[in-house]
Amino acid sequence: MTDRYDVLVVGAGPAGLAAAHAAASHGARVGLIDEQMTAGGQVWRQDVQHASPALARRSIGRTLDHPAIDWLAQTRVVTVEDGGLLVEDPQRARRLHYQALVLATGARELLLPFPGWTLPGITGAGGLQALAKQGWPLAGRRVVIAGSGPLLLAAAATAKRHGAHVLGIYEQSSTENIQRFARSLWRWPAKAVQAMGLRAQLAGVPYRCGSVVRRAHGETELHAVDVDGPRGIEHIVCDQLAVGYGLLANVELAQSLGCTLQLQGAHAYVDTDRYQRTSVEGIYAAGELCGIGGRDTARIEGAIAGHAAAGKTADADRLLQSRQHARHFADALNQCFALDPRVHALAQPDTLVCRCEDVSLSALDGYTDARSAKLATRCGMGACQGRICGSALAELGRFPRSGQRPPLFPARLSTLAGTNLSSINKP
Amino acid sequence: MNAPLIRLHINGCTVEARAGTSVAAAIAQQSLIFRRSTTGQPRAAFCGMGVCFECRVAIDGIGQRRACMVPVREGMQVSCDD
Repeated sequence: MTDRYDVLVVGAGPAGLAAAHAAASHGARVGLIDEQMTAGGQVWRQDVQHASPALARRSIGRTLDHPAIDWLAQTRVVTVEDGGLLVEDPQRARRLHYQALVLATGARELLLPFPGWTLPGITGAGGLQALAKQGWPLAGRRVVIAGSGPLLLAAAATAKRHGAHVLGIYEQSSTENIQRFARSLWRWPAKAVQAMGLRAQLAGVPYRCGSVVRRAHGETELHAVDVDGPRGIEHIVCDQLAVGYGLLANVELAQSLGCTLQLQGAHAYVDTDRYQRTSVEGIYAAGELCGIGGRDTARIEGAIAGHAAAGKTADADRLLQSRQHARHFADALNQCFALDPRVHALAQPDTLVCRCEDVSLSALDGYTDARSAKLATRCGMGACQGRICGSALAELGRFPRSGQRPPLFPARLSTLAGTNLSSINKP
Repeated sequence: MNAPLIRLHINGCTVEARAGTSVAAAIAQQSLIFRRSTTGQPRAAFCGMGVCFECRVAIDGIGQRRACMVPVREGMQVSCDD
């Protein structure tokens, strides 16, 4: 197995799989890495109890079985070096070199603080879906789903399939916004079919708009939540709360590579041209990393990036129109599920914002940048490196996230021993 | 789906889980408390995808491992904070 590839793809979700396959179809030697043990990313994460959708099986199968593609599972990028990436897997560290690099690092959830949000039994919405697919026990458990976006429906459907008693789905966006969005769905027939399918799976589960979880109750575990909705405050006894306020791009690696970022609201995404080229020569980006666009956008952008990275822009040209159509859907989604200001006011002065270092919101009063807040309070200094609290504070309008410093994730000492972090830690 | 059953040890107790299950899911069969925060609060898996580090436990003697990122293995020794 070589450590030098024509095209190296980071992330094996829909975008990365499509990129790897497109590049390999032109004869390129392709490396595909992902931190997870199986390919598919978050949206096509394998379920230990249930079969994957046919499209996921097909996309994963044709890519991993391709003779020109090396699939490197449980491999994470530790840091960026000249002309390559330092990666580690459970056994060892090594350097991977490339002619072209496709970043398809996907998205994570926007998780926002509210009183009680650190209690065991509370997860993200996509978080609960991911855990259920890993075998997290949900049979017979009373589950509340809350936050915002279409992911809530998918999370509820997964929880139900795993035997949970889903008490309700609480969407922060207003009934008017949701209805307006539903009326526009005819422009994307496949999406309309998908939405109707989810609705059928969730028959009997209440879907309440204009509702937010104000507080979670419990001593050592969650036992109830207060939901604030059009009918006032509802106290709901439950075992599990899944709450997420949408998605944001995992830009950390792109940022370390020097790719130009742009802001979508409070959160950054990678700026690309028509062929998914970033501002850095030879580096491409696709999917959620380029702005939250969903699975279909990711597949198209991945293919465009893969073709372009292999030098075949004519093949990429054929996909440009379908990308535009998919991106319009994403724009409509983002508009519909824009966050209501009351979501920003959920955290109280004593609510912990930084979960790694247990820093409360009021401890951050008076700081106007992430770095000085970190130096004084340790906020963002913990193991998640500010991925949770930094994004939350940016969303709440406190201050933007600070720049990324290596390593990208906590790494083994033996991995770092062979590298000189100070020489690659650009100012 | 009939993946084989794997036996592992969590805080000294034997737990059975299907192959492919994550350590996080196996722990949740037993307890929802994965670790204590810096001020002693109970915490459990939160993001489910390796971002938040709330599910950190010791696996086979190596600390600070994200339980949601590691599949169960026969004979594995997992220890939570308490």
